[in-house]
Amino acid sequence: MVASVTSILEKYNKDKTRLMDILLEIQEAFGYISSEAVNEIARCCNISTVDVQQTISFYHFFTQKPTGKYTVYLNNSVVANMMGREQIKETFERETGTKFGQVSEDGLFGLFDTSCIGMNDQEPSAIINGKVFTNLTPFRVKELVRGMREGKDVEELMVEGYGDGNNGNKLVRSMVMNNIRRKGPILDDNYTPGIVIWKKLPTMTPEQVIAEVKASNIKGRGGAGFPTGLKWEFCRRAKGDRKFIFCNADEGEPGTFKDRVILTERPKLLFEGMVIAAYAVGATEGILYVRHEYKYLQKHLESILQGARERNLLGKDIGGIKGFNFDIRIQFGAGAYVCGEESALIESAEGKRGEPRDRPPFPVEKGYLDYPTVVNNVETLCAVVKVMLNGGEWYRSFGTQDSTGTKLLSVSGDCKYPGVYEVEWGFSVYDILGMVGATPDVQAVQVGGPSGTLLAPVEFRRILGYEDLATGGSIIIFGKHRDLLKDVVLNFTEFFIDESCGSCSTCRIMPVVLRNKLLKILNGKGVIKDIDDMLEWAKVLKASRCGLGQTAANPIVSSIKNFRHLYEQRVRMDTDFDSGFNLAESVKDYIEASGRVIVE
Amino acid sequence: MSKPVIATTSLAGCFGCHMSILDIDEKILDLIELVEFNKSPIDDIKHFTKQCDIGLIEGGCCNSENIHVLREFREHCKILVSVGECAIMGGLPAFRNGIPVKECLREAYLLSPSVQANHEYIIPNDEDIPMILDKVYPCHEIVKIDYFLPGCPPRAELIWEALVALIKNRPMDLPYEVIKFD
Ligand SMILES: Cc1cc2nc3c(=O)[nH]c(=O)nc-3n(C[C@H](O)[C@H](O)[C@H](O)COP(=O)(O)O)c2cc1C
Ligand code: SF4
Ligand code: SF4
Repeated sequence: MVASVTSILEKYNKDKTRLMDILLEIQEAFGYISSEAVNEIARCCNISTVDVQQTISFYHFFTQKPTGKYTVYLNNSVVANMMGREQIKETFERETGTKFGQVSEDGLFGLFDTSCIGMNDQEPSAIINGKVFTNLTPFRVKELVRGMREGKDVEELMVEGYGDGNNGNKLVRSMVMNNIRRKGPILDDNYTPGIVIWKKLPTMTPEQVIAEVKASNIKGRGGAGFPTGLKWEFCRRAKGDRKFIFCNADEGEPGTFKDRVILTERPKLLFEGMVIAAYAVGATEGILYVRHEYKYLQKHLESILQGARERNLLGKDIGGIKGFNFDIRIQFGAGAYVCGEESALIESAEGKRGEPRDRPPFPVEKGYLDYPTVVNNVETLCAVVKVMLNGGEWYRSFGTQDSTGTKLLSVSGDCKYPGVYEVEWGFSVYDILGMVGATPDVQAVQVGGPSGTLLAPVEFRRILGYEDLATGGSIIIFGKHRDLLKDVVLNFTEFFIDESCGSCSTCRIMPVVLRNKLLKILNGKGVIKDIDDMLEWAKVLKASRCGLGQTAANPIVSSIKNFRHLYEQRVRMDTDFDSGFNLAESVKDYIEASGRVIVE
Repeated sequence: MSKPVIATTSLAGCFGCHMSILDIDEKILDLIELVEFNKSPIDDIKHFTKQCDIGLIEGGCCNSENIHVLREFREHCKILVSVGECAIMGGLPAFRNGIPVKECLREAYLLSPSVQANHEYIIPNDEDIPMILDKVYPCHEIVKIDYFLPGCPPRAELIWEALVALIKNRPMDLPYEVIKFD
């Protein structure tokens, strides 16, 4: 075994900053990372075994024990549950004779839960040995398990045929559906790859490119909404021998899947955007950081990159521009939502735990390997190509004054047509509901994923845009029959608990405290004061270092704000404060252990 | 109006939060002007001599004495504030919460390599010492707490701002830079 670990190490020059790739390959080759492998990595990369272990233990898809010949990761997002996940889970457990979180005794099956895998429009879904299986039914699960017992390959297990578009491409061969429902400038079919690189860049200086992007007023599509032109300008001005362009394709916010569709259908557009960014800031290296859940797209993406190199759209003197050299590599993650946070993304790409950095300095000054780095979302980089092609002024004709252009929405939940919609900013929630065929009895809409807002019908006139509902594009619709507190708020809160990187005590502990309080209320033991306490404690989370902790209370806070009656219906009104604490009970163990005599 | 009366205590804390109260430098003089201290380690008043307006609690509850003091504070103070990580979430002492208290006691008094003179294998049980609780509790799980000030310890400016806001009955202005604590 050690022999092959050695060859993997050699492939990456025993470079500790490539630890993620080394671990990914070992995990894939052996199904787990043994302690001998850990020792070997530590020795060769000249780091301590603890350094290796702490990276392994951080990521969901790295394991130090075998996870079964067939490893099933079943999505546990809110929408997966709404679409019947519980039945799927039971069927898997019954058919394999194994519980979730365990590996069967014969080592054939390993069943595990996992956070949203970016398939909310085709749930319930699971990743089995790296392949995505969507729209699972109990019947299908029985078939799958039977096939596994017969020793079939995962490819053979996919009998449904392939999904639409490039999902059927021989390098992808996936049953995932794109479900593109509405196109705009980004998803437009009329696009000639490389046109900006060939026709525009040679006629413009980097400063002019930045000026054009600024003129478009485009802001980041990853959630934070920072003006893209300004970010590029900061990075251009920053001093550094090397500069990097990162594309953030971590897409971990439950309910978002539009970047997956772009990676499948418009990767050339994305890479062209990265080249434009590189030209603007003077970068020579690019990294596309893709979440592990989308690893099935690897060959497809690699082949597009290779094609671009052959066409001189990457490499040396790109587009005939003397001295403009830039290339892109793909970095896969290994399952951690927080790695979508830009500084955690960089840490992860450096082979470390994906813990967000304390800022400042910001990545534009000190990013990857401490060099100036631009991190942009997939969609931002795609939009920039169209800005360059048609001009900033053209781009501003879409959307609103403050929010120019279009936004890709990932729509899921209780509606007829879940999928990806490209709309202009300024669309109201009400319009969206009409467009996606949501039933008339919508109870609530979650805009922006768990870190966003849970809207009640009175607010459906609100619009999408940085001036009102800023969002990365996740829209989840809940019908009247859903139990918002139990099915939605609790699930979201547990998501944050699972995904906290653990650096800040606030973010590590407070969501647990909040969850326990929520459970107390759900179990009928809560009092009115508990509701107000949760609002008060939520403020404590604002002290956290990154957006994960800072928004971890949003599901609770926004549901209390908009659906307070649901909480009040469940709390006891007979008493004002009841913590359930009992002193005599809580000292019992001590008295027993010490043999203390209690004098009344 | 007479000066508002303040009481403070350190339960299962490290006194770091109290140090932070003192860390307001020369503003401590303003504070003395603004308020009167009652039961508090700061003036070493051991027992409540009157009803107070504000009680500041550092630390969570790890033993019966903490419970007693905290309940006393609730009775004597109009407003109770949990100050710092330990009071709000249990903090460092709560690291033992995953381990049964019997195991903790055995480890500390009987098994640990540093135990040398305990020939009779006694876990301290004198009736005068407080009894250890099964786990460390944040204050709000024992009594009603009105406000929470995050930090480990909360920065001096934060404590100051909060006190002034409470006394003057105005909303708190707490920018991220002041509440962030890592
Ligand atoms: C917990 C957390 C997760 C995030 N996940 C993503 C993500 O999956 N994709 C993304 O583009 N941005 C994500 N972001 C935002 C990034 O930090 C960053 O702002 C963004 O990638 C910048 O690109 P943009 O300016 O093009 O939006 C996340 C932020 C936080 C705090
Ligand atoms: S807020 Fe949470 S996820 Fe972010 S750095 Fe702190 S502990 Fe990590
Ligand atoms: S919060 Fe920090 S400073 Fe305050 S008592 Fe606890 S450990 Fe000490």
